[in-house]
Amino acid sequence: MSTLPDSKVPSGPLDSKWERHKNTSKLIAPNNRRKFEILVVGSGLAGASAAASLAELGYGVKCFCYQDSARRAHSIAAQGGINAAKNYQNDGDSVFRLFYDTIKGGDFRAREANVHRLAEVSGAIIDQCVAQGVPFAREYGGLLANRSFGGAQVSRTFYARGQTGQQLLLGAYSALNKEIAGGAVKMFPRSEMLDLVVVDGHARGIVVRDMVTGEISSHAGDAVLLCTGGYGNVFYLSTNAKGCNVTATWRAHKRGAFFANPCYTQIHPTCIPVSGDYQSKLTLMSESLRNDGRVWVPKDPPTAEKIRKGQMRPSDVPESERDYYLERKYPSYGNLAPRDISSRAAKEACDDGRGIAPTGLGVFLDFADSIRRFGQKTIEERYGNLFVMYQQITGQNGYETPMMIYPAVHYTMGGLWVDYNLMSNLPGLHVLGEANFSDHGANRLGASALMQGLADGYFVIPSTLPVYLAGISPGKVTIDHPEFKRVNEEVRARTSRLLSIQGKRTVDSFHRELGLLIWDKCGMARDKAGLESAIAKVPQIRAEFYENVRITGSGSELNQSLEKAGRVADFLEFGELMCRDALAREESCGGHFRSEYQTPDGEALRNDEQFAHVAAWEHTGEGSVPHRHEEQLAFEAVQLQTRSYK
Amino acid sequence: MNLKLRIWRQKNAKTAGQLVEIDAPEIPDECSFLEMLDIVNERLESKGEEPVAFDHDCREGICGMCSLVINGEPHGPNRATTTCQLHMRHFKDGETITVEPYRAEPFPVIRDLVVDRQAFDRIQQAGGYVSVRTGAAQDGNAIPIGKVVADKAMEAAACIGCGACVAACPNASAMLFVGARVSQFALLPQGQPERERRVIAMVETMDAEGFGNCSNHYECEAVCPAEIKADVIARLNREYNVAKLRQAVMA
Repeated sequence: MSTLPDSKVPSGPLDSKWERHKNTSKLIAPNNRRKFEILVVGSGLAGASAAASLAELGYGVKCFCYQDSARRAHSIAAQGGINAAKNYQNDGDSVFRLFYDTIKGGDFRAREANVHRLAEVSGAIIDQCVAQGVPFAREYGGLLANRSFGGAQVSRTFYARGQTGQQLLLGAYSALNKEIAGGAVKMFPRSEMLDLVVVDGHARGIVVRDMVTGEISSHAGDAVLLCTGGYGNVFYLSTNAKGCNVTATWRAHKRGAFFANPCYTQIHPTCIPVSGDYQSKLTLMSESLRNDGRVWVPKDPPTAEKIRKGQMRPSDVPESERDYYLERKYPSYGNLAPRDISSRAAKEACDDGRGIAPTGLGVFLDFADSIRRFGQKTIEERYGNLFVMYQQITGQNGYETPMMIYPAVHYTMGGLWVDYNLMSNLPGLHVLGEANFSDHGANRLGASALMQGLADGYFVIPSTLPVYLAGISPGKVTIDHPEFKRVNEEVRARTSRLLSIQGKRTVDSFHRELGLLIWDKCGMARDKAGLESAIAKVPQIRAEFYENVRITGSGSELNQSLEKAGRVADFLEFGELMCRDALAREESCGGHFRSEYQTPDGEALRNDEQFAHVAAWEHTGEGSVPHRHEEQLAFEAVQLQTRSYK
Repeated sequence: MNLKLRIWRQKNAKTAGQLVEIDAPEIPDECSFLEMLDIVNERLESKGEEPVAFDHDCREGICGMCSLVINGEPHGPNRATTTCQLHMRHFKDGETITVEPYRAEPFPVIRDLVVDRQAFDRIQQAGGYVSVRTGAAQDGNAIPIGKVVADKAMEAAACIGCGACVAACPNASAMLFVGARVSQFALLPQGQPERERRVIAMVETMDAEGFGNCSNHYECEAVCPAEIKADVIARLNREYNVAKLRQAVMA
């Protein structure tokens, strides 16, 4: 058994920790930087910004992504915006308020110092992106515009229509391109990391499959940066891209990296409801819609039933028979209550039999009032592309009839454990963006994911990576080391094993089965009995997978079934850990809602005495129960309190 | 609905491909075009046949990874819609649908419907950026940009890099794609210092990659899922000509 390393949070007052850390950390001299080779896996906001910034400083960088171009990483799909404590609106915002909102939004389950640093660098992110030519929304006077997002009472969200993630990613992609052109970054698209190579306890490289030729190659580096996103696709249906997977972080976990808080998943309240078995993914519509849209269901189940059956139009429901349940339950935040709370409220309304989609799982998001107040043109300017998207998918016009929405898996707050320097317990292995666990606690606020990805890549890792690099000599291990050969062989053996099964069921059928189980037992609400049954069931699905999955084709060509099979095989192991984590956390907090632990009015009931800690899981070998480490969270600047948005 | 697909099968870049007929019965109207292909693929796999390879990822119209030429049109019959956002309710029961990869020399087929679009990345690498060191930026509000200009730049920046413009063009021209990026930066104050160097480098790379020239067919504008307007091509030409002229005069 290993021990959980120190979190390396600097001492001293909260608001000067980061400054002091930067002032006292070791540096690498410019002429020495080129001797270090950094492997960056993933080219989303975190990966692209890290690769570009490190290359600019003079390090040698290799960057890998599974898509055909770095520009397609799933950060691109983020819609609503990015938070920054600029206080351009003069509405009382500050670094402290952004910090406080984020740590409160995370239900006091994040590390104070990390969150404060995030708020501190938030302003510089906006400056950086503006300088890159990111076309943020502007006011007529030419200054940057802001909008409001859930969980905040100030307007601090910067945006580029409903395509903020796209524009920020293209900014980072352009910075990356400049470095690729200059030869400082070597880019490997259509390349999937399949394992981590650890030599003498240090992360020293990765094994990668070329998705076009099937070639499996090894790459050695002085540090490995995993920027590989979250694990939302363990649910099969999520708002993630189809290719998003847990393989990189899970493989690192099996090589010794601790996985922290895997049970923290975010269910986003405003997604388009599921319509059938064929469904391959769920589509999110920006939370910013809740600025102008009102969420409601009918007060009575019989009215809801008429709507479900198409016997009544939503506009026929009189005002007095509508339940604007968010406005009713949370008057001070109303429709802008945080995601976890809004999602659970939608589930409750549907569990009451008041859901309005044909499946019973859906609530209305109604723009009629805002259209009356501001005119359709203004609403179109604010959210035009989202209305278009809604119509493309559902065939309905959101201006004329209320949209139907339902919560869907969207983001995962858990991830590999990292210290203040973003380094995992494996020296040399750093984890950035959604792939780590560090900043969002048990629930992430809207417009904070983009902020974190870019904070980690542009501003944190360039200052914290040298802390590790200064202690090693560059280029010590090459791919001729026996450990590289061993891991490479293991990867080949895994691929051959998958191809040799030749059973009867498709990869997707297993993925769907796993996803349904996890959604049912470890989704919006969890309980002991359900989690225990899932922990028993997942290994059975896994066992059948290895006996009965059918993968056509060979390993030496573009083979999408094989790619999927490798990812699903890892989800089938990861899903079990997720349920174990949810079972062990005997409290409700943020996105983790255990039915046994709730207040009389159905709100999450935290247990700060026993659970104000990070759970970091250690892999202890195949078939062995993983070990749960605890990192106690110390709160110095904020007082733990019951989160209230009423 | 019951459909018949005529779909391009090609083992790899070295072998020849051909259109193969596949029956696709009992497809739900509500599913997307790619979900229809998922269903077809699962059926093929259940029979031990290799599924049809196609590119896709976000399935919400923004990543630009999905492609396909459907009944002769890149991204299919609907305007301002990517293949992943195209739904089967727009097709008729009993219809035969022809599905091919993008056809353009700079986009070689890798397998079935998957093509290699790295030429686009190389064009961007040639100059599609503003050189700004991380951390060296001034305050965001120190560069005021009028709303009209900012909106115009955003319209150009909305390009998703899918390559439909190239596939639709009889000349396999990439000028809509290049024009969008050049326009975004030519409009914005941040793009001014590298304005001329950028357009020359991007156009030269575009030519070297084998993309053709624009001869005003406007097919690109018609198929563009991000609704990039062909006036970015006019701006690209203007930017390029001015840059070359100034280069000649300054030499």
